[in-house]
Amino acid sequence: MNDYSVNIESLSFAYDKRAVLKNIHLKARRGQVIAIMGSSGCGKTTLLKIISGALRPTEGAVHVEGVDVGRLDQAGIYALRRRLGMLFQFGALFTDMTVYDNVAFPMREHTDLPEDMIRDLVLLKLQAVGLRGAQHLTPAELSGGMARRVALARSIALDPKLMLYDEPFAGLDPIALGVIGDLIRRLTDTLGLTSLVVTHDVQESLKIVDYVYFISEGVIVAQGTPDEIRASTLPYVHQFVHGEADGPMAFHYPAPAYDLDLGVQHA
Amino acid sequence: MGVSTRFFFLLLLHSGTCFRRPQLILREIFSSGVLSLIIILVSGLFVGMVLGMQGYETLQTYGSEEALGVLVSLSLVRELGPVVAALLFASRAGSAITAEIGLMKATEQLAAMEMMAVDPLARVVAPRFWGGVISMPLLAAMFSAMGIFGGYLVGVVLIGVDEGSFWSQMQAAVDIREDILNGVIKSTVFGIAVTVIALFEGYDAPPTAEGVSRATTRTVVTSSLAILMLDFVLTAFMFRGV
Repeated sequence: MNDYSVNIESLSFAYDKRAVLKNIHLKARRGQVIAIMGSSGCGKTTLLKIISGALRPTEGAVHVEGVDVGRLDQAGIYALRRRLGMLFQFGALFTDMTVYDNVAFPMREHTDLPEDMIRDLVLLKLQAVGLRGAQHLTPAELSGGMARRVALARSIALDPKLMLYDEPFAGLDPIALGVIGDLIRRLTDTLGLTSLVVTHDVQESLKIVDYVYFISEGVIVAQGTPDEIRASTLPYVHQFVHGEADGPMAFHYPAPAYDLDLGVQHA
Repeated sequence: MGVSTRFFFLLLLHSGTCFRRPQLILREIFSSGVLSLIIILVSGLFVGMVLGMQGYETLQTYGSEEALGVLVSLSLVRELGPVVAALLFASRAGSAITAEIGLMKATEQLAAMEMMAVDPLARVVAPRFWGGVISMPLLAAMFSAMGIFGGYLVGVVLIGVDEGSFWSQMQAAVDIREDILNGVIKSTVFGIAVTVIALFEGYDAPPTAEGVSRATTRTVVTSSLAILMLDFVLTAFMFRGV
């Protein structure tokens, strides 16, 4: 059996003629939590969309669970997605359903399980994220962290092989942030998943991941274990890890000279 | 226009799921139809009452006030029932459909569904389409029935037109095929137009607050114009033999 849940080789992607990803090589070993980091707009969400089959690579090959995603038709992509789970940035819970119905949704859509068995499975998933008692609430009654946990329970409803997380820590308070981070690690280990986490939350991610890829302007500029990343002297990684305002990622947006803009005449 | 036509055919192609699970359509009939009942019934009553008053004023000039039932019923069944009910349906149910789908898109609910290998066209769009198409003729029929009752209240109960003439002339003049069936055809066509416009606008809306707001406005404006334009074309074919 292939050791890698995701294997990306020489991937390039462009929107029309604007290159977003350039010659990406990335591997995610089974059972690991892999972080893909980079500043906003660097192409990491695009990479997630390519892995999930929402976008097709312009060049290169993307193998997910042994399947070349770029060659799949719509039916093949849907078949692959039944083996994937995805946690969206703000949960994307169905607002017209209760917490229970949200988690039951994938089971009702894709299986013929009787309702009493679905109930047991839903309670099991909600118990795993600590929200069994919130099953009757609606998404409007949940805090941001709780909504994220319900969405996590929903995304593991069909026992996926690979979990994709799109900015799972965005907008959370420190407690909820720690809870989500801990859940990602714990679910990966206990369910034997592979997890791919797209994030720019360095401190939280480095606590839970096994390997990190840094993307800048569509290129992988650094990679390594969390310890290697922390010790990295690469200017971009150093700026990112230490949250410095200026560096390779400039603080100022490109602009004409300040004195010219102000109309100041030099003597 | 081309994109919306393609969208219409796509949603027809994806209708299999909701016919296998009729509870999805029933839920949408409740949302679009049952929840529109109050506005339809109240409006129908008042339109009928106004027709009763205006009709009586005109008919008594020619000494034909017994024909009030015919005037009220034909005006409603042929024209006002389908058209006004469709305009009300566009502003209540059409705008709600657009806003709901637009917000589902903006909050990534449709993307989440796709990621769960569930086609939003089949699961979200097609049931709303069929729910709207089934609801519209029923709402138009209820609008007309309530309007006739309103005309009866004003004409017979308040003004004192002969009750026997009111009902018997109506029964003799209203033809099932020429009038009622044509009214049903009209309201079905309006139902298709309004629901497709509402669904397309919601599905195509930019995923922002401003995008959803503009899409909702476009639904009401475009639907209203489409109803009036289609009404002219259908009336020309049905009653003038064009």
